[in-house]
Amino acid sequence: MEQRLANTWRMTVNEKKFIESALVSGLRVDGRNLYDYRKLSINFGKEDGSAEVHLGQTRVMGIATSQLVQPYRDRPNEGTLSIFTEFSPMADPSFEPGRPGEFAVELGRVIDRGLRESRAVDTESLCVLAGKLVWAIRIDLHILDNGGNLVDAANVAALAALSTFRRPECSLGGENGQEVIVHPPEAREPLPLIIHHLPIAVTFAFFSDESTLVVDPTHQEEAVMAGRMTATLNTNGDICAIQKAGGEGVPQSVIMHCLRIAATKAADITVKIRDTVEAYNTERALQKIKRHSAPVALDVSGTVPNVRKNQVKSEDQREVSGSVGTQVEKLKPMNERKNSDQSNDIEETSKFSKKQKESQSKKSTQQASPKGSAEEMKAISPATESAKIASQTHGEKTLKDAVKPKHKRKKKAPSAVDGS
Amino acid sequence: MEYVSPEGLRIDGRRPMEMRKLQAEIGVVAKADGSAVFEMGNTKVIAAVYGPREVQNRSQQLNDQALVRCEYSMANFSTGDRMRKPKGDRRSTEISLVIRQTMEACILTQLMPRSQIDIYVQVLQADGGTRSACINAATLALADAGIPMRDFVTSCSAGYLNSTPLLG
Repeated sequence: MEQRLANTWRMTVNEKKFIESALVSGLRVDGRNLYDYRKLSINFGKEDGSAEVHLGQTRVMGIATSQLVQPYRDRPNEGTLSIFTEFSPMADPSFEPGRPGEFAVELGRVIDRGLRESRAVDTESLCVLAGKLVWAIRIDLHILDNGGNLVDAANVAALAALSTFRRPECSLGGENGQEVIVHPPEAREPLPLIIHHLPIAVTFAFFSDESTLVVDPTHQEEAVMAGRMTATLNTNGDICAIQKAGGEGVPQSVIMHCLRIAATKAADITVKIRDTVEAYNTERALQKIKRHSAPVALDVSGTVPNVRKNQVKSEDQREVSGSVGTQVEKLKPMNERKNSDQSNDIEETSKFSKKQKESQSKKSTQQASPKGSAEEMKAISPATESAKIASQTHGEKTLKDAVKPKHKRKKKAPSAVDGS
Repeated sequence: MEYVSPEGLRIDGRRPMEMRKLQAEIGVVAKADGSAVFEMGNTKVIAAVYGPREVQNRSQQLNDQALVRCEYSMANFSTGDRMRKPKGDRRSTEISLVIRQTMEACILTQLMPRSQIDIYVQVLQADGGTRSACINAATLALADAGIPMRDFVTSCSAGYLNSTPLLG
């Protein structure tokens, strides 16, 4: 709409008229219904707190990070949440590098209002030392591709990043209990943020024909539209924020109608976000589960390994981690096996480590660090025959196997001691 | 803290649906084409309009309508504690955008192609509702400048506290 630079893409009159007349008949250029959203997909990155959202052609990446800062004077026991937007010039020819322009600021503030003012994130739990140190959560939103409706996509990216973000655990220590010790993720499991509700932004575009409005406008529709409104609401029916600045004047009844539509859309998107975050969390939890030495499905065929972060119990396991490649089996998470299989695993890996030291070294991308709970690191190189042999001897694992190793432990304890 | 007393009075003695005292004056900035001061209670805002005049940045010129620009800034002394950055921060950028889009919708820009209309709004005393006061002041300043508009654009802020809507 307000593109004032010489190198701006301008829409031809024909295209404009085509879109407008199609809308009068209730048709959208990409075949959607007036109130339909484009396909929304959320992908998570390797690190906690990074998400990439695809809404049709629009792509936005959201990253959440945290830092310990001094709190604001008027809120000494609350953490802070701030949103920064970056309109990358690769997303659209009209985005200029450098300082954020008006739209970048507006987008940031709309999302900020929806998240902060509605108290979606519990900021009081972010306080470490009242009046002195609090966690400041920073969300960076990078626009990668502008296919229209950046606000909604960026909002989903911010929510996805916040839902999967983990902040390091910290405790008070030192002489007078005033020193803050931040525990690294390897020492203590980082904590998720407390999110009360998910405010979803739904954008509407109004056109010169008063009764026409569409949800989730594409880039072309945005160039034609006469006004826009973004309503941020959650599934509880609370309206967190509404932004309608300028453009075509619309009657109040239309606004109320829009809010009703937005409520249904928000419910759909919330479900989608929750499901994707749930799947991510399950996978993350799977990664943390201790591996049994002889897994059910051992990938020795050299297929793509899944890097697992696990805890190292004994020295020789650390050596294993250092020198060996990363091939990890997938196991069903069975917490009961953790403790019973410990010694068995120590013994197994000691066998492997000796063999693997002899064999060629693989690239080791595994991170191993000591941890308090019962978790071990498994690293089995794809080329070792010994691994195959070992796995074949154990075969299928069931709950009963969790009980069995007790005997083995008693027999082989001496050898395990030797190994370590 | 009781924001609305049991008798139905707010802290400053107003009823929930009562606005603050409004005061306005036009023609306060002699050099500008149009100007106005608008006060809503203790919030005081001054607006100055320059235009229609030649576009300063040729690349931004629009051939079929006037270019409307708006700048919102708060004076350092407007709030209780001295403000560090009166303009250029994100809040000011957003409010400038909002005021510009609002006024652009009501100015008959088609009548003044290839020209520029500048609206400068400065907050002198901030006591809540600065955004609304700025839009009201801008309307008056534009009228004082003789710029053709569809209608007056007025604005008022409202809040919701303890299930009671409060005005102004």
